[in-house]
Amino acid sequence: MTDRTPESPASRRAFLQSLGVAAGAALPVAGTVAAPAPSRPDTSSTIAPGPAYLTAEEMRFVEAAVATLIPADELGPGALEAGVADYIDRQLASPWGVHARHYRQGPWGEGAPQQGYQLPLTPQQLYRAAIAETNRDCLRHRGRGFDALDRAAREEVLTALEADAIALEAVPARTFFSMLWENTIEGFFADPRYGGNRDKIGWRLIGFPGVAAAYGGLLERHNEPYRVSPVSIDDVRARLVPTDAHGHPKHVPEPPSRETSR
Amino acid sequence: MSALRRPPVDVVTVGVGLTGSILGLELAEAGLSVVGLERGEARSTHPDFELPGIHDELRYAVRHELAQDLSRETLTFRNAMQQTALPMRALGSFLPGEGLGGAAVHWNGQTWRFLPWDFETRSQARERYGAAALAADCTSQDWGVRYADLERHFDRFERVYGIGGKAGNLRGVRQTGGNPFEGARSAEYPNPATPESHAGALFTRAAAELGFHPFPIPSANMTRAYTNPYGASLGPCVYCGYCERFGCEMDAKASPQTTVLPRLLAHPRYELRTGANVVRVNLDPDGKHARGVTYLDARGREVEQPARLVLLTSYVFSNVRLLLLSGIGRPYDPVANHGVVGRNYAYQCSAGVTAFFEDKVFNPFMGAGALGRAIDDFNGDNFDHAGLGFVGGGYIACDSNGARPIQSLAVPDGTPGWGSGWKRAVARYYTRSLGIRCHGSVQSYRTNYLDLDPTYRDASGLPLLRMTFDYHDNERRQVAFLAGKCVDIARAMRPSALSLPGPRGHYSIVPYQSTHNTGGAVMGADPTTSVVNPYLQSWDVPNVFVIGASAFPQNAGYNPTGTVGALSYWAADAIVRRYLPAPGPLA
Ligand SMILES: Cc1cc2nc3c(=O)[nH]c(=O)nc-3n(C[C@H](O)[C@H](O)[C@H](O)COP(=O)(O)OP(=O)(O)OC[C@H]3O[C@@H](n4cnc5c(N)ncnc54)[C@H](O)[C@@H]3O)c2cc1C
Repeated sequence: MTDRTPESPASRRAFLQSLGVAAGAALPVAGTVAAPAPSRPDTSSTIAPGPAYLTAEEMRFVEAAVATLIPADELGPGALEAGVADYIDRQLASPWGVHARHYRQGPWGEGAPQQGYQLPLTPQQLYRAAIAETNRDCLRHRGRGFDALDRAAREEVLTALEADAIALEAVPARTFFSMLWENTIEGFFADPRYGGNRDKIGWRLIGFPGVAAAYGGLLERHNEPYRVSPVSIDDVRARLVPTDAHGHPKHVPEPPSRETSR
Repeated sequence: MSALRRPPVDVVTVGVGLTGSILGLELAEAGLSVVGLERGEARSTHPDFELPGIHDELRYAVRHELAQDLSRETLTFRNAMQQTALPMRALGSFLPGEGLGGAAVHWNGQTWRFLPWDFETRSQARERYGAAALAADCTSQDWGVRYADLERHFDRFERVYGIGGKAGNLRGVRQTGGNPFEGARSAEYPNPATPESHAGALFTRAAAELGFHPFPIPSANMTRAYTNPYGASLGPCVYCGYCERFGCEMDAKASPQTTVLPRLLAHPRYELRTGANVVRVNLDPDGKHARGVTYLDARGREVEQPARLVLLTSYVFSNVRLLLLSGIGRPYDPVANHGVVGRNYAYQCSAGVTAFFEDKVFNPFMGAGALGRAIDDFNGDNFDHAGLGFVGGGYIACDSNGARPIQSLAVPDGTPGWGSGWKRAVARYYTRSLGIRCHGSVQSYRTNYLDLDPTYRDASGLPLLRMTFDYHDNERRQVAFLAGKCVDIARAMRPSALSLPGPRGHYSIVPYQSTHNTGGAVMGADPTTSVVNPYLQSWDVPNVFVIGASAFPQNAGYNPTGTVGALSYWAADAIVRRYLPAPGPLA
């Protein structure tokens, strides 16, 4: 095992080069963490312009919520910039939005927490009802809808939902919050083809390479970070990145500007 | 309803997953005509598991594309008999397979042999620790088969599945680098052990420092290109980290597709029928002989498939449910404490710690399903249990099996649940943390069982299976003890922070734990406490065999499939060499 400091960009570049990972840029590197706008049109977002399930008002709620849950900050763009609201909207329009692969026959009972999700509501119905009720609660107690609140107030509302401290009629507030938070994480880290993780913002943040390269020989290099420009499924399909015979992309090292900025 | 009737065959397997494919091939090669009925779709590496589409965490790991579609059939669950069982509406705790290859398409590939002790739990525990070692309501029992009987079948399965590992006990002689506690093996593994990741190296060093005996987890992820005894060629693993819940683009994970199906599907005496959901085994009026099975085809038509031999190879839940729906064997009644079908359902009892490091970095996305290091010092009866208040144990491991981001975002305790603080922690610790987990056994109890639900039905109107299951004091003490050892090892790595597991409460169907469901059609030497005899043959209907982890009388501290594979070859051998020459009860 080597004693080189794992954080040194020089050792990282040397490491990547020693692996035969192209040090030049075969892959057009899209954007940087500091620049939220994608440098390339997101092909998946051109499939369905406009919301797929949510109304414009509901969309504003979801946008405000995800921007609060994973905010843009000194580390770079957040969930809003990553397209997480679009992701959630499209998931709601997908088979998952009607729990197509769940068992949905009654009778419906409440059960113990260990028995899992027992609501007859689908995600579509749950989002619709809970957004309307949360907005009504915000109007009543704060004089404006959720998306018009300032960040501190939005944080308070989300905290209250998470703690079940807002009484919603259609669905336990905590259930709504956990679905919203789970979907936010999904949208921030799923492959960009689902409409979120735009410009691979989520993957860049943590150093996840996306579609895997062949890592044989690399795994044994201990304490040496492997930071590359992440590759999406559509990058490979569009041949934006060279691949081996099995379709594993050849990763290129993350550009130095980003390495030094962290 | 008058059913369509297909021409009779010698053998029908219900399900074509890991067990169904092995039995299908062994019996076709023995000269029998075999039909495999699989309720899911056909699947193969090309095009189903190809890059880049297969590296899709959302589709496969989060939305479970390769697992069972619960809209058609699920099971119901409750912790205790006094509760009302409710349907498992979403997948969670376990992910049963559906489709050709079964769960062995999207499994991880950690391929263990149970210990010699595990096959004689009841007699050995009582002999060493006295009659009180097992709780009064514990129904754990001996298997009716011993490790030594199964050894060559373990070996056969490991060769077919190309397992990579390091022997620790070759014909009684201890080998360095392997698991010193394992039962004696007749031969080395067919492939070398997996390489060691950074996390694995830290584990190895820490465990050795504490006087334990670390070794590589036996792996069905090929450590080199390999051709198995059936002539199937498997590719070398590239450690891409998309194993569990995914198919393998490299043909490098042993699965029915990569090991058995190439030969089986080409076999002139074999026919695969997909979209065939078996709903019952048909019996003669006297109930002592099976005539074949009835299934619903993709169009919803009832089809009768006559067969001389019916093999239930449909995973634990369908195996037990089909016995109950068909009236084979006496259903278990926990109140009266008699009957056998559904008795002794068990599972796994596990826990883990996460260690965070400011001064180390990992590449957690690299790895393979079975790439890791483990110790077996606290499994089975490998240590003295005197005064501990439990029997059994588990292995302790550190895996590098591919940390896909949606499901691998560990943050130190005290981190905010969301917002900038969470984001900062995730960005920092995704590459600076590792997990150490224990994988514990579960004894069987009078109150843990499977039966038919009185209320809920599947898409065709048949009752769902009902699971009644909870952990008992033995398992709670055991997991606390094992978690303590995990913490000791983690501390020896000198991390900057540790997230500790809490005490074990009730079993929950919600978070994923493992698809290691066991029992319900258990094997044994006594027909009053077992559904199948030591050859996995029904005591009641001798031309029905029930193959799989449904036969485990209780669960050991290992993943099940090595033992399931050995039992498959053991049963195939008994059918070919003993049953076929003289059809009838083998015990
Ligand atoms: C995510 C995951 C990870 C795992 N990792 C490991 C591991 O690392 N190590 C290990 O030892 N084990 C592991 N396992 C367990 C392993 O996959 C199983 O032990 C193994 O597949 C069991 O083989 P089987 O033949 O009993 O069931 P399966 O392989 O699942 O095959 C059963 C087949 O029967 C079909 N079927 C069911 N009911 C019917 C019916 N009524 N009619 C027709 N067909 C039917 C199903 O569709 C399925 O295809 C894992 C499982 C999962 C899900």
